[in-house]
Amino acid sequence: MQQFLTTALSGLTQGMIFAAFALALVLIWRSTRIVNFAQAPMAMITVYIALVIIDAGYSYWLGFAAALLSGLLLGAVVERVAVRPVEDKPHINAVILTLGLFIVIHALAAVIFGSRYRSFPAPFGLSGFKVGDMNIALTGFGVFSILAVLAVMLLLVLLFRFTNVGLMMRASAFNQEVARLLGVRVTRMLTQGWALAAMVGSLSGLLIAGGNLVHPSYMDSVVVFGFVAAVLGGLDSPIGAVVGGLILGVSLSFVSGYIGSEVVALAALVILMVVLLVRPGGLFSHAPARRV
Amino acid sequence: MTTFAQRLWSSTLARHLLLAGLGLVAVALVLESTSAFRNGQFAVMAYMGIAAGGLTVLTGLNGQLSLGHGAFMAIGAYTTALLLSDRDGAPPLLVALLVATVVTLVIGAGVGVAAARLHGPYIAGATLALAIAVPGIARYFQDTLGGEQGLTVVVPDIPGWFADTAYFITANDVSTSKYVAYVGWISLIVTYVLLANLSRSRVGRTWRAVRDNDVAAEIAGINLGRARVLAFVVSTACAGLAGAVLALAVRLAAPSGFMLTLSLALLSAVVLGGLGSLTGALIGAALLTFLPQVVTGVGLDAGLSDLQAAELAPLVYGLTTILVVILAPAGIVGTARIAWRRRRS
Repeated sequence: MQQFLTTALSGLTQGMIFAAFALALVLIWRSTRIVNFAQAPMAMITVYIALVIIDAGYSYWLGFAAALLSGLLLGAVVERVAVRPVEDKPHINAVILTLGLFIVIHALAAVIFGSRYRSFPAPFGLSGFKVGDMNIALTGFGVFSILAVLAVMLLLVLLFRFTNVGLMMRASAFNQEVARLLGVRVTRMLTQGWALAAMVGSLSGLLIAGGNLVHPSYMDSVVVFGFVAAVLGGLDSPIGAVVGGLILGVSLSFVSGYIGSEVVALAALVILMVVLLVRPGGLFSHAPARRV
Repeated sequence: MTTFAQRLWSSTLARHLLLAGLGLVAVALVLESTSAFRNGQFAVMAYMGIAAGGLTVLTGLNGQLSLGHGAFMAIGAYTTALLLSDRDGAPPLLVALLVATVVTLVIGAGVGVAAARLHGPYIAGATLALAIAVPGIARYFQDTLGGEQGLTVVVPDIPGWFADTAYFITANDVSTSKYVAYVGWISLIVTYVLLANLSRSRVGRTWRAVRDNDVAAEIAGINLGRARVLAFVVSTACAGLAGAVLALAVRLAAPSGFMLTLSLALLSAVVLGGLGSLTGALIGAALLTFLPQVVTGVGLDAGLSDLQAAELAPLVYGLTTILVVILAPAGIVGTARIAWRRRRS
């Protein structure tokens, strides 16, 4: 029972982080029809920026803010410089481009920050709460992770539902041509979308790093988990991404706890395959068949 | 006489066999005139070339993107390592290579059937998951697959007839590393002849049709699923063979050799060379093999540490991949071909 509860709770925390990452992928997919595989290294390098600031003796929160801000900037720059030229090309070019970015950012981080493992601090306790004499696996940092992701989701909902910018971003994601005719500066919206997504990605990178070891490829498997979570939710639906992230986090946590942490990625692959073969549109998709 | 030469050249099979023969002579000349270290590098280039050839056929001719070719190479390498674990009772080398190819092909068929129903980013994501998952399997089955340390590979003794023939032609004794390089390059030439013929045949035309417009291809009577699975299977078989040669060249099959970077490096090699072109794949493989040494040297001279300098090579080929995709999506061979046609017309 103790192990079951522990596994479920840590899965829930992990699931929230996957949800944030999946959300970042979905944001970009909705606006540009690109799956940004470079999301993982982009998040990783912003976490390194935070680490440098924290190691220099400044507070954790300064590093945290710097990472989010640099994520925002990096997303905008990547969209402007690299993604813009391939946006109207065959989709395979965009995928290859994000993979090229993947390699480049990876190598850059290793050259600048070194490829050894470094520990990343956490602002809250990492030991579980005690209720009576039962040790509950929910740590202070875990609670913070869940709250942070929830806050970001709330902010995104507010942005997209109740602000002008959010409406314009939704319009340009929905139909670029019509949005442009109605006076929306679509390219600017796309840049903002990428920036926002990269920031959400950075947040999940920070949350995964907290209390753990950081090295240039520590996010590599997360991009797979985030992708699987996004596909679970249909790749098109933000709510789907969140639910998909939670389902995936809990399932993977059980696989890791009862079978072995080595096969977690394999389990993710199996889940992805099953979903794609049984329900290719994901659990929440409302898009009908692919149009010719 | 010219008409005979022209007729020979216009026959696809004869042309490819002729080129293969010339290639074999060139390989022998190069391997005999270079040091043992260079021979080892050429063995690396051979397995990279085989895998890149398979990938360029899949991505360039059929339009499917696989980020999991490193994983298929791992399957080939582990099969070889299990077969060639010690000197006694090991099957002949040719058998080991074939078994590794067939095992990978069977697994590739399974993945291909699933992948054929996917399109666009889904197939990229699924194969990416495969690339991340496969090293974990080797770690999980520690007893049979050796865990993190991996399995060592014993290169079988050089067959007498091979040593004799090589001595007869070149008057040099054959060392093990040179033998492995020969095995790799002969595998590469055989693979490329098969792939080149395939891509010029009905099957290749089917693949191109599916890539360019799947709806039109289906209306023309092509079975989309079958064409996609076949392309995937052929491509993974190449990766399996490449993995087998890798196991021989490195004499080890360990999870750390098959990380995501391998799959991504292969992809950037074929993009750089030009998607769909076997010559391009070979150029890409050469760059992947020889560029790191040059770039690392430059990095060391610039005052970087060993570890940092080692990361410069991926930095360079990642950047070139981005530049190629943005500026010249046809790659080196494709761009050269376009320029040549423009000059002729």
